[in-house]
Amino acid sequence: MGFRPMRLLSEPGPARGLWMLELKDITVRFQGHGHDIAAVQGVSLKVAAGEVYGIIGTSGAGKSTLLRTINLLQRPDSGQVWVRGGEVTWLEGEALRQLRLKIGMVFQHFELVGSRSIFDNIALPLRAAKLPEARIRERVAELLDLVELKDKERALPGQLSGGQKQRVGIARALANQPDLLLCDEPTSALDLETTESILDLLGDINRRLGLTIVVISHEMAVIKRICHRVAVMKDGKVVEENGVYEIFSSPQHPLSQELVEKSLGLALPQRVVDKVKGTIVRLVHLGDEAEEPVLAETVKATGAHLNLLHGRIEYVGGRPIGVLVVELTGGKRKIEEALAYLRSRVARVEVIRHG
Amino acid sequence: MGDVTLAGIAPDLWKALLETGLMVVVSMSAALLLGLPAGFLLFLTRRGMLIENRPLNILGGLAVNFVRSLPFVILLILVLPISKAVTGRTTGPVAASVPLAIASVAFFARLVEGALAEVGSGVIEAARALGADNWLIIHQVLLPEALAGLVRGYTITAISLIGYSAMAGVVGGGGIGFLAINYGYYRYETGVMFITVIVLILLVQATQWGGDWAAKRFEHRK
Repeated sequence: MGFRPMRLLSEPGPARGLWMLELKDITVRFQGHGHDIAAVQGVSLKVAAGEVYGIIGTSGAGKSTLLRTINLLQRPDSGQVWVRGGEVTWLEGEALRQLRLKIGMVFQHFELVGSRSIFDNIALPLRAAKLPEARIRERVAELLDLVELKDKERALPGQLSGGQKQRVGIARALANQPDLLLCDEPTSALDLETTESILDLLGDINRRLGLTIVVISHEMAVIKRICHRVAVMKDGKVVEENGVYEIFSSPQHPLSQELVEKSLGLALPQRVVDKVKGTIVRLVHLGDEAEEPVLAETVKATGAHLNLLHGRIEYVGGRPIGVLVVELTGGKRKIEEALAYLRSRVARVEVIRHG
Repeated sequence: MGDVTLAGIAPDLWKALLETGLMVVVSMSAALLLGLPAGFLLFLTRRGMLIENRPLNILGGLAVNFVRSLPFVILLILVLPISKAVTGRTTGPVAASVPLAIASVAFFARLVEGALAEVGSGVIEAARALGADNWLIIHQVLLPEALAGLVRGYTITAISLIGYSAMAGVVGGGGIGFLAINYGYYRYETGVMFITVIVLILLVQATQWGGDWAAKRFEHRK
C-alpha cells in the first residue's frame, strides 16, 4: 500500500481503493522535420481516487503531452487510458464530450474567454452540460463563493489579477463537479505568494471534495506543497515514481536528486568550499531523528571537530527532512570514526569532499 | 471648370448615391450571409481545428484565391452571363451587384478566417477540454473573441466595395462611378468629377469611423 497517500488512510469513502486513472504504456509521437519525435515513450502510471498526483520534469520532458492524453486532447499513438475503471482511449463524439464534462482542467495561462464576463466563463461548461439557465446561475454563485470571487461576476477577465484569473479557471474546471482535475502548470504564470494561495486552494478542494488531482509542474515547491505521490519525467519517460516524502528524502535518479537539491537550496557557495579545509559531509535526517541532537553527540562520542556550514529542516507532508552540511576536522582517524558514528545515527551521509 | 453647379447635378448625384447604396447593401448582405460562414468554414476545417477537413479546406481556399486573384474589372466581365441569368440584365446597379457580391464574399471570407485565427488556440482547446461542443465553442468563444476583428474586416470589405462599385459604374453599373465617368471624363466636366471624389471620400471616411466605433465597443482585451 506504499502508493496510497498518508492522509487518505484514515478517510473512509466509497471511492477508496479505486484507480481513478490508469495510463498503460502510453506513447505519443510528433512528426518532426524529417524525423519522428517521441514526446512520451511507454509511460504507465496509476492514480488512486482522492490522491494528488504530481508529474515533474524539465520543459520538453513530455509532461504536458502526457497530461493531455488523459482527457484525450492528445490521442496516444499507442497505449491505453483508463478513467474510473473503464477504457476511454478511443472515445469519440458525444461519449468523449461526456467524459470531458467530468474531467476538469486548469491551464498555465488560464485560457479564459477575454470578451466574456466571469459569469459567462464559469457558465461555459455548465452550458456544455445543457443545464437550465436558472440552475447555471445558482451553480456559478456557488463556485464564485468557493474560489472567493463573489463580487467579480460581472467583471471581464482583463480586469482581474493573475491569481484571480486562475481562481476563475479553477471554478470553471469544477463547474460540473468532476471527480478528476487536471492541472497544467497551474502556478507557473503566477508570483510566489499567489502560487501559494492557488496551491492551498487546490489542496483544500482535494480534501473537502475528495477530488483526485493530477498536477504537472517543473517546480518541486509545487509538488511539495500539495502532492501525495510524484512521477519524475525525463525525455518522455517516467524515471522515478514515489511518495513525495520519499522523493524528497531519498531521490534515486540524478534528475530527482537535482530537483530536490534545487528545491532545498543546499548548494554550498564555491567561496565556502574553497575556504574550508576539512572533510565536507552532507547529512540527511528523516522523521524524528531530524529533531535529535546528533551533532553534539557525535562530537562527544568521537572527539572530532564539527563545524556547521549549512542546514535546514523541511517539512514535507508534515514530516521533517533535515539536511545539514558540516565540516569535519581533527585528524584522519577521528574523522573516520565520526563518519561511522553519523552513519549509524542518520539516514544518509554523503562525503562531498575529503579534507 | 464647368458650367455645372452642385444644384444642377443634384438629382443625378442623388440617384447615383442610391445606386451605389443598393450595390453596397446587396453585396455587404451577401458578405454577411455567405462570406461569414465561408470564413468560419475555412478556419474550422484547418488542421487540428474543430472540423478538420483537408480537402474541403484546400478547395475552399482555392475558390477564394481564384476570385481574389482576378482584378475586379475582369471579374465584372467574366460573370456577365451569371448576372444575366440571375437578374435578367447585364447593366445597371442590380446586375452589377452580382460580381460585387461574389467579390465581397471571397474578400470577407478571408478576413473572417484571419480574425478567427487571431483567437488564441489555448482558449479554444480549453473549451474543448471542458466538454463544449462545436456549436457552443463557435458562439461562446470564437464569435465573441473575434468580434472586434470581424467588425474591422467587415469595415474593410465595405470600403473596398465602395471602390469596386465605382468601378462597376465604368462598365454600366450606375452609381457614383458612372456619374464620374460620364460627366467628369466623357464630358470633361471636372466639377462633377471633383464632387464625386468628395462624395467617395466622405462615404469611405464615414464607413471607417462607423466601423472603428463598433470595433472599439467589442474590444475587450487587456
